[in-house]
Amino acid sequence: MTDKRTTVEDMVAEVADGMTVGIGGWGSRRKPMAVVRALLRSGARDLTVVAYGGPDVGLLCAAGRVRKAVYAFVTLDSIALDPHFRRARQAGAIEAAELDEGMFYLGLLAAAQRVPFLPTRAGLGSDVLRCNPGLATVRSPYGDGEELVAMPALDLDVAFVHCNRADTHGNGQLLGPDPFFDELFLGAARRRFVTAEKVVEPGRLLDEGPIQTITVSRLMTDGVAEVPGGAHFTSCAPDYGRDEAFQRRYVAAAADDDTWAAFEARFVQVDEAGYRAAVAEAADDDGAGTVR
Amino acid sequence: MTAGPSAGAVTRAEVCAVACAEAWRGDGEIMASPFGTIPAIGARLARCTFAPDLVLTDGEAALMANTPALTAGRDELVLEAWMPYRRVFDVVWSGRRHIMMMASQVDRFGNQNLSAIGDWARPKAQLIGVRGAPGNSLNHITSYWVPAHSTRSFVEHVDVVCGVGYDRAAAAGPAATRFHEVRVVVSNLGVFDFATPDHAMRVRSLHPGVGLDEVVAATGFTLVVPDDVPETRLPTPEELALVRDVLDPTASRDREVAP
Repeated sequence: MTDKRTTVEDMVAEVADGMTVGIGGWGSRRKPMAVVRALLRSGARDLTVVAYGGPDVGLLCAAGRVRKAVYAFVTLDSIALDPHFRRARQAGAIEAAELDEGMFYLGLLAAAQRVPFLPTRAGLGSDVLRCNPGLATVRSPYGDGEELVAMPALDLDVAFVHCNRADTHGNGQLLGPDPFFDELFLGAARRRFVTAEKVVEPGRLLDEGPIQTITVSRLMTDGVAEVPGGAHFTSCAPDYGRDEAFQRRYVAAAADDDTWAAFEARFVQVDEAGYRAAVAEAADDDGAGTVR
Repeated sequence: MTAGPSAGAVTRAEVCAVACAEAWRGDGEIMASPFGTIPAIGARLARCTFAPDLVLTDGEAALMANTPALTAGRDELVLEAWMPYRRVFDVVWSGRRHIMMMASQVDRFGNQNLSAIGDWARPKAQLIGVRGAPGNSLNHITSYWVPAHSTRSFVEHVDVVCGVGYDRAAAAGPAATRFHEVRVVVSNLGVFDFATPDHAMRVRSLHPGVGLDEVVAATGFTLVVPDDVPETRLPTPEELALVRDVLDPTASRDREVAP
């Protein structure tokens, strides 16, 4: 069987300008942040970012890499709003496709099932239809005749998710309480990449948790990379919680162009090892916060 | 305000918690999804008293069998079922849920906004996003909580319709109205519903100490005012003890609505 181990750098090398990129996780939880950091270094531009949005969306917006964001919300959980995303929206710097959370789910599911759309009530009567003029409705061909929203497939060029564990063949394991929609992001994408806190030999995932926790099968992945702390500063239960002190630092960086430039120089324009060192140094400054 | 039964006067926040709890009365075995501190107290209070079959989440990916304080640690929770986000949509679409969302803006017909203030294409203030509001409001009972009732939050027309109100649901047709119900809006000043011929917002009750003039002045549209507007009921002694001693012993409710 194929050894799918690769590096985050090689994963993001496949992301070309203008591509549609799906990012797993939810809000400020289990985001593939090492991949986001690598994307920021890679220079890929004009991206369409599809996510249950957190600081992944905010960072990419702050760095000017986003042409269009497709989302139902962007939040940092413990801090309700992401200021970088807000700045981008309020400056008119990005195109926005704001969808109901359930519509978003069905869009990924439709893509994963290779059907053009799935019907739903969600969106009817709301301004989601006004703000997304491409959305259409469809009439039930059965006796009820109900007219529903035809949520189009959210086809992705590439998807990234971060797992607690994976094996070298690309099976992924989620040990936290919520798998979110990661399987569907992978299912919706042409190229599918998994990072994990730890990559083990095939067959050894059961040492880490029961069979039901191995929700990503190798059918769904093209590459896997071990990245300890790969979700930092978002949470990655049960391996680590959110680095709240660092998240506050990230929020403070949105104050103006200068604060962002300083944040970018210290935490973005560095490789992953440099990032971890910078975070550790910042945690010493704060007297709180850790990167693992 | 009216004096409480035991440990000091009943606060506005406590009246609001009971008013929120009342939203779930009679709902039976459905998932109660409260957003905001006082609705969270209210849902717990309802389950501890008159709505024992309500299903509550732990705020993460499980349902709670017990009804601990808002500040309870993970080790104090007794979990009864797995409910990750993907499964929440199964519940939403089944209709077995009554959510109480917050509203940055709410209008005369119960449309709600939590997406953006101003022009959507380039908003003056981008908020969290539509979240699940469009689907929630069409699939199951929806109520709203507005902790700061003002002409900024109670507006003639919301800037972005997220949760769908009665007028917009009717215009969208039978698929939109089939399971649509906006039950109540609870604010720091009163309780409002849509029990009018055209489903325009009506004053259901005013919290003790609140005058009708105050509510009218704080509302950006014309409210339907019945001839006889009752007072929102006070907590019973049992309810007050539950709120103060069991569910919210750190009085986090006072940070949402000043006592």
